[in-house]
Amino acid sequence: MAVVYEKTKGLTDVELHYCPGCNHGIIQKLVAEVLEEMGMLDTAIAVCPVGCSVFAYKYFSVDTLQAAHGRAPAVATGIKRCRPTQPVFTYQGDGDLASIGTGEIVHAAMRGEKFTTIFINNAIYGMTGGQMAPTTLIGQKTTTSQGGRTAEQAGMPIRMAEMLATLDGCVYAERVCVADIPNINKAKRAIKKAFEKQMNNEGFTFIEVLSTCPTNWGMTPIQAVQWMKDNMIPYYPLGVIKEKAMEV
Amino acid sequence: MEKELWKGNEAIAEAALRAGCDCYFGYPITPQSEVPEYMSAHMPKYGKVFVQAESELAAINMVYGAGGAGLRAMTSSSSPGISLQQEGITYLAGAEVPCVIVNCMRGGPGLGTIQPGQSDYYQCTRGGGNGDYRTLVLAPSNIQETVDCIQEAFDIADQYRNPVMVVMDGLIGQMMEPIEWKPYKKRELAPKDWAATGRYGREEHNIINSLYIDPELCDVHNKHLAEKYALIEKNEVRWECIDCDDAEVIITAYGTPARIALTALENLRAQGIKVGLFRPITLWPFPEKALHDLVGNDNVKVILDVELSSTGQMIDDIRLAVEGRKPIRYLGHAGGVMPTVEEICETAINALKEVK
Repeated sequence: MAVVYEKTKGLTDVELHYCPGCNHGIIQKLVAEVLEEMGMLDTAIAVCPVGCSVFAYKYFSVDTLQAAHGRAPAVATGIKRCRPTQPVFTYQGDGDLASIGTGEIVHAAMRGEKFTTIFINNAIYGMTGGQMAPTTLIGQKTTTSQGGRTAEQAGMPIRMAEMLATLDGCVYAERVCVADIPNINKAKRAIKKAFEKQMNNEGFTFIEVLSTCPTNWGMTPIQAVQWMKDNMIPYYPLGVIKEKAMEV
Repeated sequence: MEKELWKGNEAIAEAALRAGCDCYFGYPITPQSEVPEYMSAHMPKYGKVFVQAESELAAINMVYGAGGAGLRAMTSSSSPGISLQQEGITYLAGAEVPCVIVNCMRGGPGLGTIQPGQSDYYQCTRGGGNGDYRTLVLAPSNIQETVDCIQEAFDIADQYRNPVMVVMDGLIGQMMEPIEWKPYKKRELAPKDWAATGRYGREEHNIINSLYIDPELCDVHNKHLAEKYALIEKNEVRWECIDCDDAEVIITAYGTPARIALTALENLRAQGIKVGLFRPITLWPFPEKALHDLVGNDNVKVILDVELSSTGQMIDDIRLAVEGRKPIRYLGHAGGVMPTVEEICETAINALKEVK
C-alpha cells in the first residue's frame, strides 16, 4: 500500500499539551515539515521561550534551547553568530515577543540577524490564563481588560510585522494564518521561504501567524476560527508585509 | 618571561582571547567599557564573535545562546549592569550553561558612582537571581592575578557546567600594572556532548532548559545542583594568609582593599603589632573552614574586616565563619572612597586596645 501521508520526523512522539482548537500544533507541524523537507533536522537549532510555546522543546526533534521570557532573539543571536551555517529559529508568542521581549526582537531585526522568527499572535496571554496582550483587540475582553480593551487605557494593538518591516535588517516579513487548508498551505510556503532566505544569508526573516486561543477567548474551536477571521484579519491583514530584493 | 605593562580591563580581554573565548557579548558601562572596546577590535582578527548587545540583558542571553550551543562565551559589565544580568544568570545556572562573567564593580545603590566599589558581594555570591543556585566567584587583587584567573575561569565553568564570575573593584580594571603572560595548563575537560549544537546524527535531541514543571523533578534537579555546589566548595575554594600564624589582629579583605591592608600590616608589624591578613580569593565558595580554624587560635584577639562597602557585605560570611568566638570590627566606605593605610592602622590598634 502506498504511503500518502506520514507524520514529520521533525516532531517527536510526545503528546502535545495544547488545548483543543489551539493552532500551536498546526504551526509547529508546519515548521517541522519545512525543516525536514529542507534536510535541516540534523543542523537546526530552535529557541523556545516562555508562554504556551515553552514546551516546544519537547515537540521539535531538533536541538533546542528554552529561553527566558522575551529573550529568544538574543539567545538566537548568540547561537547564530557562533554557528553561522546552521538554521536557527525562535518560536515566540505575542506576550513574549510583542510585550516583554520588544527590545530583543527589534534589535535582532535591526542587526539583520540571520535567523527566522515564528511569531504566534493570538491576541491574548494563553499560558497565564487569558490576560490582555499588546495585540489584544480594542473591545476584546480578557481577565485584565474585563470591560474590553480601550485605547485610552491600553493604547492601540501593536502590529509587529509592520513595525519590524520598517527596519533595513528585516528582509522578509509575512503575516499568515492557519484557519483553513488554503491558509495552512500559504503559511507553510511562507515559513519555507523564510528559512530559504535565512540559509541564503539575506537577513532577518519574520513570519507572524494569527492563531486561536479558544480556551481563553471563551469559545468553541469553530467559533474561535470564525472570530479570528472576522476580527483579527481586518486589523492584522494577511500577506507579505515586506520582501526585500536580494542584493546582487 | 618579559613583563608587559597592561591596563586591567584590556588585560582581561586579552586573557580571555588567550583562554580560547569564542565569543563576547557586552554593553558599554563605566568602568569596564575597555573590555568590549578591546574585544571589538581584536576578536574578529581571530575569527571570533563580538556583538555589542542592545542591553546587558540581551548580552547575557546571547551568552546563554552561545554557551548553550557549546561555545566558550563571555560577557563583562559593572554593578548596575550585573543587576540586569541576574535574570540571565539564574537561567544559565538552572540550565547548567558554562560561561564567564566579568564584573568590574562600582559603588551603588542605584546609579551610585562610577568609582570602584565592592557592594556587589551579595549579588555575586548569593545568586542574585531567583532560585537556589550559586556562581563561582573569583576575586583577584591585582592585574596579574586577574589575568591568571580569567584563563582558569573558562576551565572551571566548563568543568562544572556553571557560570563563573570574576569580580574586581573598578580600580583593578582601570589601572595599569606590569604582568607576564604565564603558560597555562588547561584542565582536562569532558566533551560538551550535552550542548545544543545541532543533532548531526545524534539519536536524541539535546535540550538546554531550566524548566521542571513537575515539582518532583524540580526537586531532583535542585538536589543535583546542590551536589555540584558541594563539589565546587570542596575542590575550588582558595584564599591567601599573610603573617597570620602569630597574629592578634586578623584583617579580612579582598581585591584592592587587601592590597591597602597589606601595607597597613607592614606598618603595624614595624611597630611590633601582630597583624595578619586573610584574603579570600574565591568569594563563593567562601573559605569558611580556613577562617574558622584560623580565628580559633588563641593568639587571635579580634578580626577587622575592610571592604569598599559602607555597611559591609562579606562581613556576613566572616560572622558565619567566626561563629561569635571572637569580636569583629568593621571599616568600610561606599564606592570610590578608599580606606587609607592610616585608617586601617588606627582602627586595628583601637580594636586591639578594646579587646585586650
